[in-house]
Parts: sequence; structure tokens; C-alpha cells
Amino acid sequence: MLGWELPPHNSGGLGVACYNMSKALAIQGATIDFVIPYCAEHPETEFMTIHNATELTPLERYGLGSYDSSRVINKTLSAADINDLKDMRGVQKRYVKFVEKLVSSSKPDVIHAHDWLTIEAGMRAKQLTNAPLIIHVHATEFDRSGSQIGNPLVHEIEYEGFMMADRIIAVSNITKDIIVQKYGISADKIEVVHNAIDVTSLNDGYKYDFRTYKYLEALKNEGYTVVVTITRFTIQKGLTYFIKAAAKAIEKYDKLAFLLAGAGEQRNELIELAADLGIADKIFFTGFVRGKQWRDAYSVGDIFVMSSVSEPFGLTALEAAHHGNALIITRQSGVGEVLHNIFRYDFWDEDTLADQIIGIATSTALKTSLQQNVKNEYNKISWHDVAKKCLRIYESMRRRIVI
Amino acid sequence: MSPVRMDSNGMSKRGIVLYLHAHQPYRVRKYSVFDTATNHDYFDEPDYDTKSNNEQVFKKVADKSYRPMNELLEKLLSAHPEFKVSLSITGTFIEQAERWAPDVIESFKRLIKSGRVEIVAETYHHSLAFFYSLNEFERQVKAHQDKIRELFGVETKVFRNTELAYNDSLAKWADNYGFKGIMAEGWDPILDWRSPNFVYRPTGTKNISLLLKNYRLSDDVAFRFCDRSWPQWPLSADTYNDWVNTSITDKSIVNLFMDYETFGEHQWKDTGIFEFYEVFVDKWLDNPANTFYTVSGAIEAFDPVDEISMPNTVTWADTERDLTAWLGNNMQQEALRYIYAMEDDILRTNDTELIDDWRMLQTSDHFYYMCTKWFNDGDVHAYFSAYESPYDAFLYYINVVRDLRYRLHHYHHTGGLNG
Repeated sequence: MLGWELPPHNSGGLGVACYNMSKALAIQGATIDFVIPYCAEHPETEFMTIHNATELTPLERYGLGSYDSSRVINKTLSAADINDLKDMRGVQKRYVKFVEKLVSSSKPDVIHAHDWLTIEAGMRAKQLTNAPLIIHVHATEFDRSGSQIGNPLVHEIEYEGFMMADRIIAVSNITKDIIVQKYGISADKIEVVHNAIDVTSLNDGYKYDFRTYKYLEALKNEGYTVVVTITRFTIQKGLTYFIKAAAKAIEKYDKLAFLLAGAGEQRNELIELAADLGIADKIFFTGFVRGKQWRDAYSVGDIFVMSSVSEPFGLTALEAAHHGNALIITRQSGVGEVLHNIFRYDFWDEDTLADQIIGIATSTALKTSLQQNVKNEYNKISWHDVAKKCLRIYESMRRRIVI
Repeated sequence: MSPVRMDSNGMSKRGIVLYLHAHQPYRVRKYSVFDTATNHDYFDEPDYDTKSNNEQVFKKVADKSYRPMNELLEKLLSAHPEFKVSLSITGTFIEQAERWAPDVIESFKRLIKSGRVEIVAETYHHSLAFFYSLNEFERQVKAHQDKIRELFGVETKVFRNTELAYNDSLAKWADNYGFKGIMAEGWDPILDWRSPNFVYRPTGTKNISLLLKNYRLSDDVAFRFCDRSWPQWPLSADTYNDWVNTSITDKSIVNLFMDYETFGEHQWKDTGIFEFYEVFVDKWLDNPANTFYTVSGAIEAFDPVDEISMPNTVTWADTERDLTAWLGNNMQQEALRYIYAMEDDILRTNDTELIDDWRMLQTSDHFYYMCTKWFNDGDVHAYFSAYESPYDAFLYYINVVRDLRYRLHHYHHTGGLNG
């Protein structure tokens, strides 16, 4: 298994997904060698063998800007300096070398590589061992760059990997469609395996603390409805549409408060937009939240909105459901494919989002129906089913090789 | 009694009571909060290619079902002097047919002219008004009778309530109103050891007869016909004829009640449903002991054999045979409460457009679309829904309810817009 991070040293959802998937696979009998590009302690990972491709600390690895290609990446691997671990391409080159060594000492049955970061290492491992390569796509460069074009070198790496892979796993039909349409890969080669949620990790004795968002609680007592989103403030997340929809909703029904928890490059733009629309007093920016503040942000909400322009999956929606929110999710978010008891809308459709928010805010029946029904639904989505599907794909690969 | 129904001993022949229910609702368009109080057009979805566009749906179903089935019924009527059928056609259906498929109305007129096609009474708006407002319910029954008389020149004598929702007090009402027959589901927990293949009398009534749907034989055609996972698939006319014959041995009638749209819409043409029914009718009537009855004909031919009591409401829907698909969740209950709460205020405006809109919003389908029983029964609901989710259905509906309140406020200058 070729990954880029694992909790607690993760900067986002990829690490969480890799961890839970590996754990469920191990429980079902898989032996996993998990490669990460840095060196650190990982508690509760005894179910697999973790390999550190470099001696970087997690903090140094964060500095690379792992997820987005906001840092210009323009070197091919051969041009990269393997000793320059301040450069993403240098680290990736080192990662490839490490994987080469690893597979030459013990040949894997299957190579399972996650996202563009590890695709080159995956391809190299396949070349050396002839083992089947499975590329698991959590996000493509198109998702990461919003409506912008993205980094051409990253696109190139993804394209080569998709071509060379024996099988591609996409985390949603949305992602599958992108791989088919934007990369020209045959749909037959791609399997959709939706992500899941590890409910047990959320049942850790957490209790909502009313004091965390005391002002919002006071508004709720006045009859306000709190609309929450917890996300990175990047173009991909569609937050400008969200704030414009908020303004439209407030114009019709003013007992609404919007909590935007998170941080990102769009923050200032969003604050300015709220002021321009005259709703600055209704929009609450928390900054980056973690721990209790993070959980309480979900808990204070009545409605959770996922406004993403392009969201391969969107685990936060399931977390929001766990904390009792009614969900409004764009049709461009993969998590919407596995939930029925939600509202969906197109990310650009501000009127529909406003309509749905007002509808929920002004009807107790609608609000409680959405909240209760999605609560009965989200926790049926389990990592064990994900692992089962992965194992089935591994099996089918193996059989083909025997023939 | 017509002699043709008698066998050689002067007894009434055993027969099939075929009843088809034709209905289309006026679906609410994607009506947003930005329409509320500015646009009072609730039913004309501008986007033609969506499931909530009534014109599109009606024209599609007319092509797939109403035209070919009426053609088949005409053919059967002319080929078999003993073939008869009963139809219920809702007011909301008729209005849409008049707008978008007037030839369908003409073909119904031809069927009725044969004298062997009976129209069954019901609420004009296919509503659940009986359970919310008896006065409004009666007005809708009368409106339907008037429309049928005006259009087809016939009187209705037998009543069916929306979704066959039936209980003892409905039977008493229909008895007092003057109907000679009423229809209900032949549901096992009610019937116990008794067969649905007889005429019954509802408990506490004097003159009215009760016809009970044989749901097994009805649903073999209405639901299971195209189901490839059904062990009996593909069902042949011979097999089905055997089943009906076996079922009716020593009994009077077999009540085959189903949606009209079974033919061509629920069961598509390529399943062979039309050919199947034509051959089946042929085979059934091959036996001189067999015939068909209209609902009134069956009631004339046979006296009730026993009393049946249904204190609790029974419908023909879902595995529960109750109204939970229409009023099982909070959203449905809230929507129904809102719409019936405004009855007096709506009626005293004397604004016919407003009253018409309010009545169109009582059609049971609106509440069905809000059903959240997703799993098992829910599959059917999802298929028949005009909306992406039950929540969308509720949202558009509630935005319309607010607009009705806004219009009422304009008239009466009283009452908050919230209540």
C-alpha cells in the first residue's frame, strides 16, 4: 500500500481513509506493507507494517504542501534532486527509490497506490515486479484546482498512472466520470468504491459543550437556525456561491446564522463578500478548528452544507450527520451518492440552496425528518464493505495473472 | 338482470369484475420560496423534460397506455358481447386529458356508449378529504358526479375512495348518500377464512354492497407480470386463466382491481401485457359458464353472503395496506394539516381560481411523494415520484402552501402568514 500520510500526522482525509481501509483489510486477512514518505510514531497500527521512505519529520512533510499543487511542481522525476527534501519532487524521487528496494526484497501480490503523490512509485513497482497495479483515486488534479486548470505535470502523472494501472478505484461516480471524461480512460477499468465512516472513532465519550459557541446558542434560543460548513476555504469548496445563497436566504427569512469553520486562501475574500452583501453579522468565521471546537461546530449546527464545486467523496458530511445535522449537499459531491435522506443541489444554484435552507429553517417536520432519517442511514456505510470490495478486486487481478 | 348472465339453471353466471383506475395528479412544479407571494402558478413546470411536468407526463402515458389500452378495450367489447369493464377516471385526469389529449376523452366516450362500460364514483381531486373534512369530501364527490354526467351522460352508482381507503364509517356514508355499491381491498387479516370472491354487506349498512379486490390475482398482472425474478415469469394467458378459474370454483365473482396504467405504463408494451390480456379474455369467455360483470352488474346479480366490518382504514397500498404511505411521517401530516386548516378561509373568498388551486393541492399523490419509507415499499414510491427526494416534494409543496396563505391574507387582511 503506497500512501502519503497516516493519522495522527495527516493534513486531511486521505490519511484517515488509508488508515481505516488498511485496518479493515487487515481484519479480513490482508498483509499490508504501508509506505509513507516521512518518519514518525503511529499508534494503533500494529495490524500492518509501516515503512518510512525518508527521515523527514511529519512537520517537514507538511511543509511540502502535499495535497494541492499550489507550490509549483514542474520537474520530472529524473530532473529532481533526490537529496533535496525541501522539494516535493525530491521527496517523491526518494519515495520511488525506497519502493524499488522494498519490492525487490519481497514481491507484493498487489500494489495499491493512493493518488498522484504515489503513482510514480506504483508504476515503478509494477515495472519491477509485474504485480498488478491498483490506483485508488481520492481526488484528481481537476478536483484540487476547482474550476482552474491545475498543474500540467500532475495531470501527466495521473494520466500515465491511469493508463498503466490494471484497475482504478474511484471513491465516487463523480470521480469515475472525471477519470473517464477528462483523462479518456475506459469506464470498464474503473470500479467505484465509496469511502465510509468509522463511527467508533466518534463515540469516544464526547459531549457537546454549549459554551463553545455561546452566542450561536443564544441565537438558537431566539429561534435562529444555524447553518454550518466545516471545510478548507479553497475554490474547490464553492463557498462564494454558498455565501451568496446565504444572502438570498436571509433576504426572505432572517433568523439564520451561518458558521464557516476552517481556514484557507479564500478566507479574506469570503469575509469581504459577506460584508459586501450586507450579511457580515450573520456569518461567523471561526478560523481553523480541531478537537472539541471542531466537534462542537458540528453539534451547534441544525443544517450542514457541503457546497463543493467538485468533491470526490466528502467525509465531513457523514460526520455532520453523526452530529445530528440535516444535510444539503451539492450534486458535485460524491458522498451524496450514498445518502438518500438529504437535499441536493448544483453548486452554482444559489436559489435552490437558499430555498432548501429556508424550507428546513421554517418547518420543524422537514428538519427533524431529514436529521433523523440521515442518522439512520449514514452509519450503515462501513469500512468493512470497502475492504470487501477491495479484496474482491485484488482477487480478480490475481486470477487474471494466473491465466 | 340480463338473460345473458344466466346459466341453464337460471343462476347468475360466475364472472370477472374488471376495474381499472385512471388517474393523473397535477404535480406541483419546482416551486421555490422565491416564487412564494410573487407567482401563483403552481402546476406548470417550465422545464418540459422533467418528471414534474404534467403535460410531458400526460402525453407520454397517453401514448404508452391510454391510447393503446382504450383501443384494446374497444376491440374486446366488439369481439365479445359478454366483455364488460368498470373505470374510474379522476377529475384531475379529465382536465389534463381535455388539455393535452382530447382524443383520449373521445375514446372513453366511445367505450361508455357501448353500454358495457361503467364509470365508478370517487372524489374529483383524488383526495383523502374523507379523513379530514366530510363537507369538502362530499363536495368533491358531487363535483366528480357532475363532471361525469356532463361529459359522458351517465350516473355513477358505485363508489371507490382514493387508494381504496375504506372503513365502516365510509361505507355508512356511501349507503346514506345513495350509492348501491362500494369497493375495498380484500385483505386477509380482515377476511380471515372468507373469500373475496363474493358480494358482501358492510356492517351497519342497509342497502349497499361491498366488492373486495382479489389482490393476489390482481397483483399477478398489476405488479408481478414483468418481474423476471418471479418464479411464474413469464405468465401465460393459459396459466392465468387456470388460476382465475380455480379461484372462482363454487364462488360468484373475481374482483380484479388495478391501476389503468398497469397496461402500457407500469407494465410496458414490450412485456406483452396487451397481447396477454386479449388472449386471457378470449380464453376466459371460451368457457360458457364464465362472464364479465360491471361493478353494478355484479351487485345486481348476487346478494351479499355475509357482513364485513373494517373499523380501521384499509387501503390497497403497500404491504401494510394502510395510509402510512400518505400520512406516515411528520412532513405528510404537517402538509395535510396546513391544507385542511385553511378550508373555511379559502371557501369564503369565493375566488374560484384560488379554490381550484387549493383542491388540486389535496390530491393524494402530493403526500405520496413525501413518503420516506424508502426501503422495500419505498422502491415503488421512488419510481412513481416526480421529485428527486421526498424532501424536495415537501419543500415545493410548503412553498405553495405559503403562497395560498399570502393570497388569503390579501383577501381577509387577517390571520398571520404563518398559521
